[in-house]
Amino acid sequence: MFTFEDAVYKDILHIDNLTIRKGSMTALLGESGTGKSTMLKLMNHLVSADKGVIRFQATPVQDWDAVELRREAAMLSQQPVLFGDTVKENLEAGCRFAGKPLPSEEQMKHSIQQYDLQKELDDDAETLSGGEQQRLALARLTLLDPPVCLLDEPTSALDEGLEHEVMEAFIEHARNKKKTVVFVTHSRSIADAYADETIDITPFSYKGRKVNE
Amino acid sequence: MNNTIIDLTIWQLAAAYVFILMLLVIVKIRKIPRSKEILISSLRMTIQLLLVGYILIYLFDNPHPLWTALVVLLMITFAVWNIFRRVRSGLDKKMKQIIAVSMAAGTLSSLIYFNVIVIQFSPWYEPRYFIPIAGMIIGNSMTGVTLGVQTLTEGMKDQRHRVESALMLGASPKEASRKIVNQSFDNAILPTINSMVGTGIVFLPGMMTGQILAGVNPVTAIEYQIAILLGVTGAVSLTVILFVQNGYKVFFNDKSQLRG
Repeated sequence: MFTFEDAVYKDILHIDNLTIRKGSMTALLGESGTGKSTMLKLMNHLVSADKGVIRFQATPVQDWDAVELRREAAMLSQQPVLFGDTVKENLEAGCRFAGKPLPSEEQMKHSIQQYDLQKELDDDAETLSGGEQQRLALARLTLLDPPVCLLDEPTSALDEGLEHEVMEAFIEHARNKKKTVVFVTHSRSIADAYADETIDITPFSYKGRKVNE
Repeated sequence: MNNTIIDLTIWQLAAAYVFILMLLVIVKIRKIPRSKEILISSLRMTIQLLLVGYILIYLFDNPHPLWTALVVLLMITFAVWNIFRRVRSGLDKKMKQIIAVSMAAGTLSSLIYFNVIVIQFSPWYEPRYFIPIAGMIIGNSMTGVTLGVQTLTEGMKDQRHRVESALMLGASPKEASRKIVNQSFDNAILPTINSMVGTGIVFLPGMMTGQILAGVNPVTAIEYQIAILLGVTGAVSLTVILFVQNGYKVFFNDKSQLRG
């Protein structure tokens, strides 16, 4: 799905050779400041590599229309963002951005239940806690339904029990729909539990060791 | 009713400066360090208006299309320069170009429509009409675009993460910055809309007051004022929409990534 060939971004990241397979669940594991988020941004073409080639579906990312690429490989930032006043507006936002038909109320209700978010569609999104906003963002992405999901610490604001519950729901859904998922995490247990491949990222240089394959 | 205007003598005009003296005394007593600015601005206002007065006398006595065009060009140039100066955050070259083009295109097209279709004076370059109308349209558009530029640049800075998060999900730059662009347009036209609401009740507009003082029938003065307020609203809207529709693009590169 994605290949990195000698890709360099500033002095933050240098990836010699790495392939992310279609339909795989990949965890990017490492301390903060090691370039995990940057790696997702390179795949989402939110930033461009200074050197080397990153391919998506065999085509270099710079040859893709950036917006089209992001609709195929959508990304969630670590800090969840609200796009509207109500839960409903927030759930619709992804589809609105990507120019897709808006989800039905039924689908929206199902998606928030999926992540154990006890809210009504008309509830004020501003009152949601950080953890609830993260789950809202996951529900938004689920409704957007892109083939590739790039998640930057999607459950960092949740306590461990809920973190596993939410990740399990997301990964199960992704596997059922044969999606490719790359997620950043600082938690070894999350990586071990849900990833087919774990990539350890250590500071400032090329990493790509497959730890538990 | 006496229709001739009272010509102010130099002493009557001098008496009006008592208001500035009063202000100077107030800031002096309250120890507000503004005396210098007050003196300089009153002096500048006096000199600028005296110069404009003499220039207008010359232009009115010698109407010529080139003179009128030159004055309007100078007004637009000064307005654009003033916008650059008033927006504190550094504007890059591309943004400056968009501001200049929006100001020129928006004000000139509104001005031509207003003069040719609404007021219908002739010759088309008659400075007695053209210059004051241009002044009002360009001045108000300048205020509108300044507010628009400020809201847009601050919005793109403060809400960078929000814009980026929308891009991540596949939003086009236009979609990702829609909220900020709309907010910029709204902030820019709000003073103009408010001025329409307050007109006639809260304050009498300067142009109308001037015409009435100069002996014009209040109904005629009001007709002109209505027309100019509508013209100004149109010009501000047009200039600001031209600016915001193009201005947001400066914050993105050709890969739909946020710059710097």
